[in-house]
Amino acid sequence: MRKAYIYDTFNRVWHWGQAFLILFLAITGFEIHSSFTFFGYETAVAWHNIAAIALIILVCFAIFWHITTGTWKHYVPTLKNIKEQVRYYSLGIFKNDPHPVKKTELSKLNPLQRLVYLGLKVLIIPVMVISGILYMFFRYPQDGTVVNFGGTDLETIAIFHTAGAFALVAFVIVHIYLITTGHTVTSNLKAMITGYEELEDDEDEINNNITENKLESQS
Amino acid sequence: MIKKIAIILVLFFAVYGIYYITKDQPRDTLSVLKEAYAKEHQPSVDHTQFAELQKDFRSPHEVTAACLACHNKRDQEVMQTSHWNWERESYIEGRGIIKIGKKNLINNFCIGIAGSEGLCNTCHAGYGWVDTTFDFSEPTNIDCLACHDNTDTYVKQNGTGGMPAPSVDLAFEAQHVGLPQKENCGHCHFLSGGGNNVKHGDLEMALLNTTREVDVHMGKDALDMDCIDCHEAENHRMLGKMYTVSSMDIDRMECQKCHTSQPHTNSTINEHSNKVACQTCHIPIYAKVNATKMFWDWSKACKTMDPNYYEVDSTGNQIYLAKKGRFVWQKNVTPEYVFFNGTADHYLLGEKIDTAKQPININTLNGSYADQNSKIIPVKIHRTIQSYDPVTKMIITPKLWDKEQGNGALWVDCKDIEIKDMWGISAQKGMEYVGLPFSGQYDFVNTRMFWPINHMVSPKEQSLKCVDCHKRNDGRLENLDGFYMPGRDYNPTVQYAGISFIILSIIGVAIHGGARVLISIRKKKGAK
Repeated sequence: MRKAYIYDTFNRVWHWGQAFLILFLAITGFEIHSSFTFFGYETAVAWHNIAAIALIILVCFAIFWHITTGTWKHYVPTLKNIKEQVRYYSLGIFKNDPHPVKKTELSKLNPLQRLVYLGLKVLIIPVMVISGILYMFFRYPQDGTVVNFGGTDLETIAIFHTAGAFALVAFVIVHIYLITTGHTVTSNLKAMITGYEELEDDEDEINNNITENKLESQS
Repeated sequence: MIKKIAIILVLFFAVYGIYYITKDQPRDTLSVLKEAYAKEHQPSVDHTQFAELQKDFRSPHEVTAACLACHNKRDQEVMQTSHWNWERESYIEGRGIIKIGKKNLINNFCIGIAGSEGLCNTCHAGYGWVDTTFDFSEPTNIDCLACHDNTDTYVKQNGTGGMPAPSVDLAFEAQHVGLPQKENCGHCHFLSGGGNNVKHGDLEMALLNTTREVDVHMGKDALDMDCIDCHEAENHRMLGKMYTVSSMDIDRMECQKCHTSQPHTNSTINEHSNKVACQTCHIPIYAKVNATKMFWDWSKACKTMDPNYYEVDSTGNQIYLAKKGRFVWQKNVTPEYVFFNGTADHYLLGEKIDTAKQPININTLNGSYADQNSKIIPVKIHRTIQSYDPVTKMIITPKLWDKEQGNGALWVDCKDIEIKDMWGISAQKGMEYVGLPFSGQYDFVNTRMFWPINHMVSPKEQSLKCVDCHKRNDGRLENLDGFYMPGRDYNPTVQYAGISFIILSIIGVAIHGGARVLISIRKKKGAK
């Protein structure tokens, strides 16, 4: 085992910022959906709009970060080891089998995570952001003077936005559970807080590769 | 060099920013309006000093002649108005151009004026309209005093078609005239339908002396505004109309005229005004002081020998009057809401009704969500059980009043009910008067009438909150359809699929996590 710095500062700020915003948006959003009363409708709407803009800004930074640091490569989907990963979650984990895919600095995500997070990034978040912007700027047509950005059909926009919201809530529930399946129950959580995680270190070449990469980039 | 320029620019903008924030802001619309309407109107002349008015007027017509001697041509203006003609040319979709108004339309209170003009037309701005022979082209028939008396002593005598009561001192009235006051308008518009607040629900005697809690405009502790402050008139043509007798989107009075179309600091609320009229949120309840009539059952009328026999409820409202039938009154009423585009249709006398589609609309407010000119407005809906002819399928306009007994007027001859079929006789008389057939049979049908609510605007703290409409059940707008309203509406498929998805996730997590916990406990035990 070795202690590795796998989540840099921006990564952690982005993750927790996004986590907080999505949670807050879910609470205010489902209040607007009349699922419960908490802040009061008017307050919920106002805060939902503010949090939405904050999330969009954060997402913009995150996209920039993914591209410039090459982090996007972590989300390239792969079918390699996917069966093993499914078997691990459904059987191996109960027998205390080792993780089929080792977590490294160059590949932080297992094949299932890659698929789910990619879906989140290219499907759910865009659907929420786009339908959210359309919702926010939906204007009732009036004497042809108002630009009718969102069309006349708020229902379609709302269907996409609520469907995405339900999916996100389900994701958060499963995500919070699955972070307990790391090396220890809390090792993933600690890693996302401190940035450091104890990684199984049975492949020395990875280390060497990293050193080489670093040397290359420095030169 | 660049650095220096940058520093200067930053400093400049910082200083300008501080200046911009601290400088005097332009005064808001409301304080400008308050200042404008706080000014008392100063009359330009003193009518008591005119020799022309210092005489012994033998008839009210002479007063009108005296008025017109100075205010010449004003008679021509008045004669163009609905206050005089009780009808106007209106274009109604599907009907073309027709002349309609109080003169020939019916309502579901006292039905119509036909044959009962002597009593109903007490509220006409003229003298002596008792039957169809009234001369609408005679200037001296105009009643100037009804609207311009400033002493609140002018009274019109019931049953004379609008003549002043014998007690009225015409010379005194003529010398004390001025702009119409609340009392002038109120005599007819507060007491219409046979009593205080019967018809409108938001227009009643209490407005003469009220607080801003009841009406932010007319409250004595507010600006104590007069009717004509909003209902301005040019050449006697007044702004504002009631769609129980009006049909077209012209001469409407709108809040935006003074308050602008962007009166709120919150842009989301401003945008609501695209689809929601100001009144919808700002008049959360009406009939705040005295109750208004919500339901009238004519079929219960004339069941006793005494036409004036009545019953009152614990709050003093007349719930039964033998000659009129049974009533339901309500106070602090929550309005109902409809989409309205400023045009209305009406039941026209002689039209056949479809009794399978009850209630029958006596007036119809046009509008829908899809109509770009429509806004949601609050309405009072007055529901009635009234008579119709089951053979001709026409709603009956019965003769209700006559100055003498024995002429077939329901309210006058009601006591003869045991001997004669008063409903049949009054229906016969009434329909004959308007030139329509009557089969001799009558029955009763449910009707309703829409009365837009525009007055009794509440203080802003009491206006509706988002959640009054944006809630799943029992929201104010739960009966309006054709659109998706956040908080009220949901797509059932998305809703149930979404909830199932979340529940399945929780179950999955619980089973998976539970199994892991159980296994680890068992292992620990095994290790021991």
